[in-house]
Amino acid sequence: MRRRILPGFGISLGYALAYLGLIVLLPLAALAWKASGIGFEGLLRLLSAPRTLAALRLSLGGALLAALINAVIGLLVGWVLVRYRFPGRRLFDALVDLPFALPTAVAGIALTNLYAPNGWLGAWLEKIGIKVAYTPLGVFVAMVFVGFPFVVRTLQPVLTALERDVEEAAESLGARRWQTFFRVILPMLAPTLLTGFALALARAVGEYGSVIFIAGNIPMHSEIAPLLIVQKLEQFDYAGAAALGVAMLLLSFLLLVSVALLQRWSNRWAERTS
Amino acid sequence: MKSPRMRRVVIKDMALELSHLNRRFTGFAALNDVSLTIAPGEFLALLGPSGSGKTTLLRILAGLDYPDSGSVVKEGEDFLATPARERRIGMVFQHYALFRHLTVIENIAFGLRVRSWRSRPSRKVIRERVDRLLRRVQLEGLGGRYPTQLSGGQRQRVALARALAVEPDMLLLDEPFGALDAQVRVTLRRWLRELHEELGLTTVFVTHDQEEALELADRVAVMNNGRIEQVGPPEAIYQQPATPFVCEFIGKVNRLTVRKQEAGLAAGDWLLGDDPWQGRYPEAVAYVRPEQLRVAASSTQPGWEARLRHIYLAGSVAHLDLYVPSLDQALEADVASEDLSRLGVQAGMDLRVAPRSAVLFPNDGNGNALSEERWIWQARSPVPA
Repeated sequence: MRRRILPGFGISLGYALAYLGLIVLLPLAALAWKASGIGFEGLLRLLSAPRTLAALRLSLGGALLAALINAVIGLLVGWVLVRYRFPGRRLFDALVDLPFALPTAVAGIALTNLYAPNGWLGAWLEKIGIKVAYTPLGVFVAMVFVGFPFVVRTLQPVLTALERDVEEAAESLGARRWQTFFRVILPMLAPTLLTGFALALARAVGEYGSVIFIAGNIPMHSEIAPLLIVQKLEQFDYAGAAALGVAMLLLSFLLLVSVALLQRWSNRWAERTS
Repeated sequence: MKSPRMRRVVIKDMALELSHLNRRFTGFAALNDVSLTIAPGEFLALLGPSGSGKTTLLRILAGLDYPDSGSVVKEGEDFLATPARERRIGMVFQHYALFRHLTVIENIAFGLRVRSWRSRPSRKVIRERVDRLLRRVQLEGLGGRYPTQLSGGQRQRVALARALAVEPDMLLLDEPFGALDAQVRVTLRRWLRELHEELGLTTVFVTHDQEEALELADRVAVMNNGRIEQVGPPEAIYQQPATPFVCEFIGKVNRLTVRKQEAGLAAGDWLLGDDPWQGRYPEAVAYVRPEQLRVAASSTQPGWEARLRHIYLAGSVAHLDLYVPSLDQALEADVASEDLSRLGVQAGMDLRVAPRSAVLFPNDGNGNALSEERWIWQARSPVPA
C-alpha cells in the first residue's frame, strides 16, 4: 500500500460513512418508510392535487429564481469586497453573514413589516402597483434574503486567488472589458459560482421560517410546500406529510444533481489534471 | 506640409522614443527620469535587480501601467494615449498567464477570436494560423490539451504562440524564463533568439539574469533604482562598464582600492603607472574580473604574492580562491580547467597574481565613485595567457 502522510485512512473513512448514515441517511429512510404508509394511490392523489402542485411549483421555481439572482448579485458583491478598498469594507463584509445569523422568523417578520402595504418600502411600492407582502413575490424576496451569503462566501477565496495577469494578458491580446469578463473571468469562476448557486438553491427550497410570515400563505397563490407539510402534521396526517417530504426531497435532489453535472462540465479543464 | 519623401522616412522609422519617464509608487521611485530609444527589429534586454524598475518600464510599454510624467512616442504619435489593446504588442508574462479553462488551441486563437467581426479572420484562417504557430513553437499534437497538462517550458511556448498570433509589432517578455529550470531555460532562450532572427520582431525582455541578457540581446539596458545605468551592446556592458553598479552587477568581479603614491597609483605591489586624473583624487576603486587576473607559479613575474586557498572546479572553468596578504583581501581568479595542470598549481601553494586589465573609478573623498571619470586600465606589455 502507498504510504500516506496522515495515517488512519481506514478508521476515518469508516467513521465518516457511519456518521453520514446515522445523521443523513437514517432519517431519510425513516421518512420514506413513513411515507409508504399512504400507499401508491394515496401518493398519486396527493401529488396530483392542484394545491400540492401549486405549492411545489412556488417552492422550487421561487428557489431557482432566487438562487439565480443571488448568483448575479453575490458575484458583484464578492467582486467589490475582494477587488476594491474603501472605508467600511470590513463592516460591509461582516454584514454579508447577517442572513446566516438572524433567526429566520425574525427575518420574516422584519421583511413583512418592511414590505407590508403600510411598511417603509411597501407603501412606496404599493403606489406604483407592486405588491410584495402576501404574494409570490414576497416569497421570492425572503428566499433571496436567506440565500444571499452562500454565493458571496464561496466566491471570495476564489476571487482572491484569481491572477491579475490573466486579465492583463486578455487585454493586451485585444479583448474588450466585457470580453475579458465573459470569456476569461466568468468561465474561471463558473465552478465556484455553481457551488454557491446550489447552496443558495438548497437553502431557499427548504426555507420555512422567514417565508411563511411574508407569504401570507394563500392556497394556490402564495403557499409554499414546507407549509403544506406542517399543515398535514397539524392534522395528524403523518404519512401524507412524509410523502410530500419525499416528493420535495426527490425534486431537490434532481435539481442539485443537474447543478453538479453542470459544474463538472464547467470544471472540465481542472478535472483532467494529471 | 511634409514632402512625400519625408513621410516615407517617417513610416520606415518605427523607433520607440521613451523620454524622461517617471513613475512613483508609494514610498519609492520605480522609474526615475528614464530615457531610451528602442530601434525597430532590435532585441533589447532590460537587466537589473528586483525593484530596479525594469518590469514597470515594460508594463508602461504594454499599456498596463502609466508613468506620472514623461512621454513615449512612436512614429510621431503619443504611444501612451493608445489603449493597451490597440498597441499591437504581444506580451509574455513570467507566470505564463494562460487561460486555464481553454485548450492550447483556444488559448492561441484568443486574440483573433475577440476581434470584432469586421477584422476577425475566418474560422479556417484562424485554424491555419494556430496550426502554423503550434508547429513554430514545436507543440504539434498538444493543441487539445489544457495548460495544467503541460510542463513549464511548454506553457511558456503556448504563451509565446498566443502573443505571436495577433501579429504584433513588438514582443514584450517579462522574465520569460524565470519560472523554468536551468536546462529548459537555456534551450528556450536559444530558441527565442532563433525565432527573433527569423521574424525580425522588435523584442524587449526583462530579466535579472545577466548571463541571459548578455547571451540573448543585441543591446542591454542595465537598470538600478529606477535609473538606466548603461545601455549598450553586451560586449560594451561587459568590457567597458560605465558605473560601479554595472561592474558589480554584471559577472563576477574583484573590487580593490587603489591609492595615490609617489610612483603613481598603486594597490600593494600592483603599479598602474600614469595617473590619468593627474593626482586630483587620492583614492580610486578598481574592478578586476576573475578571468583578467593572471596567475603564475614563478616568483619572477611581477604582481602580488598570494596564497591559493582553494580550487573550485566548475566544469570548463576553475575558480581559484586566493588570499593576498599585502592587500589583506581575498581575490578570485578564473583559469581554464585544462590550464590547471599546465600551471602546476595546488591548493596551499604560494602564487603570483597580477591584473591584465581593470576598470577604475576615482573616489571624490565623500565615498562617491565618479562614473564620468572612468578609466579603463590595460597592462602595458602583452601578457601571455
